[in-house]
This record gives sequence, C-alpha cells and structure tokens, in this order.
Amino acid sequence: MSRLSTENVEVAREIIARYPRPKSALIPLLHLAQEQDGYVTSEAMAHIAELVGCTPAEVLGTCSFYEMFKLHPVGRYLVNICTNISCMLCGGEELLEHAEKRLGIKAGNTTEDGLFTLEEVECIAACTEAPSLQVNYRYFHKVTHDDFDRLVDDLRAGRLDDEIPPHGTLARVRQSIPSDRRAGIAPPEQVTSEPVWLRNFESPSRAQGAAE
Amino acid sequence: MSDLPPEQVPDGVPITINGKELVAEKGELIIDAAERHGVYIPRFCYHPRMRPVGMCRMCICEVDTGRGPALLPTCMLECTPGMVVNTESPVTAKAQEGVLEFLLINHPLDCPVCDKGGECPLQDQTFAYGPGESRYIEEKRHKEKPIAISDLVLLDRERCILCDRCTRFAKEVAGDPLIHFMHRGNNTEVNVFPDEPFASYFSGNTAQICPVGALTTTTYRFRARPWDLEVTESTCQTCGVGCRLAIDSSRDQVLRYEGVDIDPVNWGWLCDKGRFNFQAIQSEDRLRNPLLKGPNGFEVITWGQAMRRAADMLSEALSSTGPDGIGIVGGARLTNESAYAWAKLAKGVLGTDNVDARLGDELPHELVLGVPKATIDEVCRPGGTILYFGPDPKEELPVLYLRLRHAVIQDSATLIEVSPVRTGLTPLARHFLQHRPGEVHEAVRALIHGIPQGRDGGGVDPAQLGLARAAVEQAAASGSLTVVVGRQSIAESSDWVTDAVATLVRAFPEVKFLTLLRRGNVHGALDMGLAPGLLPGRVALDQARDWYGAAWPTVPAGPGLDTAGILQAAADGKINTLVLLGADPLTDFPDRQLAAQALQKVPQIIAVDLFLNQSVQAADLVLAAAGFSEVEGTATNLEGRVSVLNQKVTPPGTARSDWIIAAELARRLDSDLGLESADDIWGEIEQLAPSHHGVTLDALFAPEAADGIVISTGEPAPGRPPTVRFEPGSPLDPPAPDAYSLRLVANRKLYDLGTFTQASPALANLAPGTKLRVNPYDFERLGVPEGRVLKVKSVRGAISVEVVTDPDVLRGTAAIHVNQPGALVTDLIDARLRVTDIRIEVGEVA
Ligand code: SF4
Ligand code: SF4
Ligand code: FES
Ligand code: FES
Repeated sequence: MSRLSTENVEVAREIIARYPRPKSALIPLLHLAQEQDGYVTSEAMAHIAELVGCTPAEVLGTCSFYEMFKLHPVGRYLVNICTNISCMLCGGEELLEHAEKRLGIKAGNTTEDGLFTLEEVECIAACTEAPSLQVNYRYFHKVTHDDFDRLVDDLRAGRLDDEIPPHGTLARVRQSIPSDRRAGIAPPEQVTSEPVWLRNFESPSRAQGAAE
Repeated sequence: MSDLPPEQVPDGVPITINGKELVAEKGELIIDAAERHGVYIPRFCYHPRMRPVGMCRMCICEVDTGRGPALLPTCMLECTPGMVVNTESPVTAKAQEGVLEFLLINHPLDCPVCDKGGECPLQDQTFAYGPGESRYIEEKRHKEKPIAISDLVLLDRERCILCDRCTRFAKEVAGDPLIHFMHRGNNTEVNVFPDEPFASYFSGNTAQICPVGALTTTTYRFRARPWDLEVTESTCQTCGVGCRLAIDSSRDQVLRYEGVDIDPVNWGWLCDKGRFNFQAIQSEDRLRNPLLKGPNGFEVITWGQAMRRAADMLSEALSSTGPDGIGIVGGARLTNESAYAWAKLAKGVLGTDNVDARLGDELPHELVLGVPKATIDEVCRPGGTILYFGPDPKEELPVLYLRLRHAVIQDSATLIEVSPVRTGLTPLARHFLQHRPGEVHEAVRALIHGIPQGRDGGGVDPAQLGLARAAVEQAAASGSLTVVVGRQSIAESSDWVTDAVATLVRAFPEVKFLTLLRRGNVHGALDMGLAPGLLPGRVALDQARDWYGAAWPTVPAGPGLDTAGILQAAADGKINTLVLLGADPLTDFPDRQLAAQALQKVPQIIAVDLFLNQSVQAADLVLAAAGFSEVEGTATNLEGRVSVLNQKVTPPGTARSDWIIAAELARRLDSDLGLESADDIWGEIEQLAPSHHGVTLDALFAPEAADGIVISTGEPAPGRPPTVRFEPGSPLDPPAPDAYSLRLVANRKLYDLGTFTQASPALANLAPGTKLRVNPYDFERLGVPEGRVLKVKSVRGAISVEVVTDPDVLRGTAAIHVNQPGALVTDLIDARLRVTDIRIEVGEVA
C-alpha cells in the first residue's frame, strides 16, 4: 500500500532521465514499484503517473497488459510451472499436480504463510530441458518430484536466498548509465523550441512535408 | 490498373470503386472517398473527427493497389492513383460477415433492453452485413452490468466491442485520458483507474459516439426507445460558443441532446454542461404562471392581470420619473427576435436607454461589435498564430477549448497566452505570459512594443516575452495572427482588456479578433441593441436616431446606463422600475453588494424568467417565460453567427415567449410593436437593422445556411446608418500598486451555482467549491498553517474562505473561483473600482 519510497523516487528520476520522454520510463518504473512491494500497488501506479506526467488510468492500462506485473499481492516466491507441449510430454502436468499437493494450494493461489504463489504457465522457452519451472523467473530444469520437494525445502530454509531474491527483483545489480550518455531531457523551463507533444501528434500534412 | 498519366491528375486521385471511376482528394481515406461518392462502407471504430486506428476491421474491403486484390482496412488507407476497390465482392462480404461473427462472439443478446437498440451500428450492420446466424454455442463472457465510470456515464463492458472510440476521444480530443484499455486479449476491457472517475467535461460525447450500447448516460438510460424520439436541430444556448445540437424528445419531453457536426463550430461535440442541462427545462421548479407578490408571498395570477399590472408599473414609472426611471437588465437568454422585441419596447416605446443584456462581466459592446471579427475557423486555421487573453476556455467555453486544442496539437497552430493565472489552455501555449491582475494591457503593450522605460510589462517574464514578441511580430507580418479576447477575471474592470485591444488595433489594423462572450445569446442581444447607446443592427443611438425615429414610435433622448450604472442608480433611488429580463444580478453580477442594495431600494421590480432564482424572489411581479426548445427563432454565437433555434416542446403551464410578453406590454401601453410572429420580427430586423440587411428568412433557412450565417462588420448598405467602430482610447497607466494587499483574480468553473446547472439534477452536485489560492511566499507571511478558513477583506466586504498555497499563483496575486458553494466571493468586488485588492486576516467573519 505504498507510493515509491524516497530512495526509489531517486532511482525513478534517474531512470526517467535515460529517456527522451518521461512516459517511456513507464515499464521500468513499474518494475521498480513491484520490486519495492512485491506487486504493483494502486498507490505506486498513481505515483508513477505523477512522475511521468500521465494519468493513473494510462499506467494501469500498461501495467495490466503484462502478465509479469502483479496487481495483487503474491508470495515471496512465484513458482511458474510450464504445462505446454514439451513439458506436458515430459511430465509437466504431473509436476504441477505434485506441486499443488506439496504446497497445499491450487495453481493461482498463495500459501497461507505468504511464501509461495503457484502458477501454471505456457511455454517459458526452456523446452529442451522439460519439464521446466521458474521461481521468480529463475529457471529450474528437468525437475523431478523429488527435485521439487528439495527446492521447496531449500527456499523455506533460505538456502537459495543468494540466488533467488524476493518476487519483483529482476536484477540485483542496478543498471546505471553515465550521465553523459543519457538521452537527457531539458527541464520544461528550458524548452523554448517546439513542445514535445507537437512531435507526438504531428499532423499527416506535416509528416509528409518532412518527407518531401 | 488504369495508368493515367500524371498530367491528367491535377489534384485529384483517380480510383475505381465498385467498377465506377471517380476522383478522390489527395490524402483522402478510401472509406471517406467512397462515402462522398455514395458508397457506404460499414465501420465501428472509424470516426471522421478522430484519427483512424484500424481497430475493428469492419471496413475491410478488397482493394487492389497494383499488387493484386487484398483485404485491407479502408479506414487506414489513403487513396492512391489507380486503386481498385470492391466493397461488394463476395470476398469482401465474407470478410465482413466474419468480422461481425467475431465481434458478436462475446456480445450479449441485450438488444431488447439496450438503450442503443434501434440506433445501434452493431445491430444495424449485423442486419445489413452479418452472417444471419452464429456458430458459437459456448458461454459468453460475463461482466458486472453497468459500472459508473463517472457521475454522468455508465459502462456495460459486456457490450463493448473495443473499438477505441471512447478512449481515443478521451485522449485525442478531450485530452483527459482517464479511461483506457485494461488487461489483454480476451480480457481486454475499457475502464478507469480505481477511484479516479472519468471526470472529463466532455464525457457525454463518448456515449454519443460509442457504436454499441456499452456507454450510456445516467440521464438517458432506460428513458426512451430511439424510434419514439422526435429529433429537431437547434443551437446550444448555455454559453457563447453555440454548439449545434439535436433535441431528442418524446411525448413533449426533452430526453437528451446530441451533438450535431457542423464544420465551423462544434464538430459534433458538446460539453457536459450543455449536454445535460436539458434537465432544467423539465425541472419541477420551472415557473408555470405569472406571480404577484402579496402580503403572503407570491400568488398565481392570470396573464391578463399580470400584463395590466406590468403596464401600470411601467406607466407609473414613466409619469413619475420619465423614461430614465426605468432600467432593464438582462436579455442574453432571449432569442434574437425576442431581444429585438424587447429593444423596441424599451427604446422605441418606453424611450429608456437604460438597457443592458450584459451583467458587468462581458466585453464592452464597442469592442464586440466594432473590431474586425475572426471566426473560430479563422482562429484555428492550420499553422496560424493565436494570441489569447480571456477567460479559461476549458471552464467557460468548453467546445472552443476543444477547437483550440485541436488547432495547436494537430494543426500546428502557435498559441501565445497572456493571463494572470494558469488556465486549461496553458499547457498548450508555446509562450505563456503571466502578468499581474489588471495589467493585461501592460503585458500586451510590452508584447508589441517591448517594455517601456520604468515599467515591467505587468510583471511578465522577460525571457518568455522576448520569444513571444518574435513570434507575434513574425505572425503579424505574414498575416497569420489572430487575437482571441475576453474577460480574464470578474474582479477587475473591462477597461484593461479594452486598452490591450486598442494597442493591438493601432499596431496591426488588419488583425482580426474573436471576442469571447460567456452567456448564450449576448452577441445577439447586443446586435439587437440591448445595450446603452445602441440600436438594433450594430448602430450607435446617436447615429441611427433618424433611421429608427422614422420606424419606431420614439427613440431615447440620449445614451443611458449599463448594468452597473442601472444598479447604482437603483441603489441611489433614481430608478423607479427595474425589469430583470432573465437576469440574476445577485448571483451573476460581480458586485453583489451593489446588486443587493439596488434590489432592495428600487420600488418596483418586474422579472421575466424561467425560475424563481434569488433575484427574481425580490420581484413584485414575475412573468413566466418560455425557454430553450420551447421557442422558435434565431440566436447569434460569439462569432456573430446567426443560427436557427427550433421549438420542440410546449412551455410549462402558461409560460410565454419573451417577445409575446413585450408585444403585449406595448399594446397595454397604448402602442403597437407591429410584431406578430418570430418570422415577422426577423423580417423587420432584416429591413431595419443595418448589419443584418440582406439576411432574409429564406437565406437563413436555405440548405447552404445549415451552419448559420456570420454577420460581418462590413460597410452598411447604402442609405443606412454606419455600424459601430472600435475607437482606441488613450492608453491607460497600470493600476496603482498596493504593497500590503493581494490583487484578486476571480473566474468561473464549468459547474457552479448557476440556475440552469442547479436545476439539472445530473449536474447540481458537481460544483467543486472554492478556495483562495495564494503564492507560498505570501502565505508564509500570514504565519498560519495551511488549509484554515481565514477572513478575506476588501474595501467592499469580507468573506470567510479556506486559503491554500499554489506556487502557480504569482506573488501579490490571489485567485479564486466565483459562484461556488461556501463563499460569496462577489461580496469582495466593487464594480466602481478597476481592480480588487484584498487582505487576508486570521480569524473568521463574524
Ligand atoms: S465502450 Fe463503446 S466506444 Fe468505448 S471501446 Fe467499447 S464499444 Fe468502443
Ligand atoms: S461549449 Fe457552450 S455552446 Fe457548446 S455545448 Fe457547451 S455550453 Fe453549449
Ligand atoms: S514447453 Fe515448457 S518450456 Fe517450452
Ligand atoms: S472502421 Fe476501419 S478498422 Fe474499424
């Protein structure tokens, strides 16, 4: 239930500065929000709208389009088990069934301790290693039922903390771009040339004029 | 493929549609070219006033661009030479069937209970182009039946075909992208962000353009079936823009307004205030009969009694104080015909020139009628430069705002805004010159001539000024400059604006002006002479005395008083009878104290109105008038465009047209206006009013005049008196600064306590209330925490109001919205002063 923290606002500003238009930073900022809270809260979306200068409806429109942005709380570990063709042939469906039993939840739900969310997913592009699953988008290949039980135990015991950060953390090394290599946006008070939206909405006649 | 040599294709693009060779315009879309030549291609998402998106695929046809026939969306393709289009081939028909079958997969079988049924493009086109039956037997998608996406609009997501019209309108046209596609694929739906409603001033348009029954308005839902509706065209009278609309009625009840697309004005759009205030017409609170105030309050009387009484009051005024003892305030609600009849009654029968259709918050008539006039189209032309100083158009003239927005965003117009506060237009302005209130003339002078020695150009930012100056200079030289002018604030006199216009007229005699008037038919009322020193046809009393002397029983002896003057004279006991002609000075006049004194002091008040508003309650005699959609005639928008209003429903009770009241009063005063019908009156206007000469009824009703006729300020017809010209006066100094006070800017919001808005249940609760906004620097000096209710004082009066900080307000300025619940801001304004200075004190007014 929170807006972006002060530190994350700093990060957000840095991300925004990489793009010629603030709105282009929408998706990275949604990841940032998801990293902060484990899912994307309404407050964070409203905050992002303020930061990039659009409406919250536009942020939600983008956010809800992508499966990887969660609009509701998920567990610390999001377990995605593939049941698409290759995995299905190699026991993916059985693996899912086993996982449901082991975790005591149906796919799509979260364990009561808030640790695991189980999802059935389509092909995750690891067909050669079927059956495959992901935990917070980190891959596990040729997963047997025993492997799965061990994985759950390890995660519970925190033995995989180094490899698998909590849901929302895409990468632990933050990308940073030297300021001289950023696209950069002049602050509005310095913009004396054509405003940005003129380019956004260039009329067909103008576009043609430019081509001729 | 026909290979026409290029020399045979001057501007046109030769194409073949259904075997017929025709010429399309350069850049024209196939769907448009076909329609222009009588071939209708079915569509859902395409809308001629928005950019095509190719969302629904209903318009696909077999098109051969030279690479063999292919199924292509005709709303996305510009015609190219030699293109062959087949809208009726079996392949096209099969594709269209397929699209419809697909769209209907999840579409509920709601037609019998759907408001759109009967006027639904989905229903109609399924009937015309559909497969006849569905192969789909699975369960359809289910969603909660309508959810309110705003106070006025409901969304039934099951019915939505995802055409992107509403969402495109919200973003592209209105600039309020508060609705958006959410989720993906089969789960896609239109929706709002939680707790962030689609509170756009233009939301009603989405219900009008939705090609299915997904979007409906709260006011129309389940109220009628389209086949029961009778449709009549008219022109919105809620503000000066004059949007063309259709009055849809059934059983003598107006049920809704729908925008009508006319090219020069509204492009089919309406604002929500104009769209939803049809409810006021049917309001229970409408006056149905004449009322006379007795010892026990108002009593209903007959029209015979009422007319006798009114005539007696006026005769008594004439005999006791002479014509100057009569004042008539209001008239912007009237049709041109009624305005003429009242002008003739006032000036030609009673002989008083104390007549004013404005309520102290409009532009001077010399300016409105006397400057070279621009139309909205001229202001919004592609690539033009617009110098704007006036009210916030988004709040006061909403559809004009849409046109300006389009001009800037889509047509590369350059906007230079000069204003004491930020407005809805400011984000669109290339240059924004923010000046101290009451110094627009200084800012404009600086814009044209640079900042004079020892001045500071009204406090505008010199860097912005330099850039704006260059832009204006260049535009003036190339002839692409137009000026839009209006009152920025009701807390200051119109003299500053007049002076700014004088500077421009002197510098650029060729430049044209669009003069902004906020109320419905103010322009028409001025054209018809409802202002002091004026006679019908844009002529000055002094210059047209003989002309009208020959036609009317009498003509006033000399120029009379404007509204402020009339109210002051009334407060001073010099007015015997005040006529409120659809005016509510207590609410609308900038100086409420003066209005209150006047209404209290004047011995007799006659009110002609639709509602018993605050001021009308002070009247001795109330005459119930017929209103919009109940009367026929014409009206004139802020461009000077005359359009035809139609009567559709009967007025409540015995309410009468204003002109009939005037004619009857004249008869009772032993005179005769000689006017028998609205048409008859127009005939006399055409004959007598110099500016309107030649604009006959036939011309007005001719098909070419469907968009109205703009009355230009050219040379008058021979033998007629000359029309008014704007004469620049000598330049004004800036108002004296007062270091201890803040200078007030008072302007309006779209929804306020206005009578029509309050009489429309859908709108009544939308007035947002008001707070005084000051710069944080000025606030700090007060030494109190923010958000407290404080006492705000001027020389005129004091009010209690919440004070908040706003860094966008200049230092030394205070901004507030008037006519909102909670604060009587007009208590602070003194109509005799040119600016309003206020002080803020801790504590509240006792
Ligand atoms: S609600 Fe109507 S206008 Fe909006 S996308 Fe759906 S069908 Fe189109
Ligand atoms: S902009 Fe003015 S004229 Fe147009 S619909 Fe709104 S109130 Fe009516
Ligand atoms: S099918 Fe499972 S990863 Fe491709
Ligand atoms: S009308 Fe062309 S795709 Fe919708």
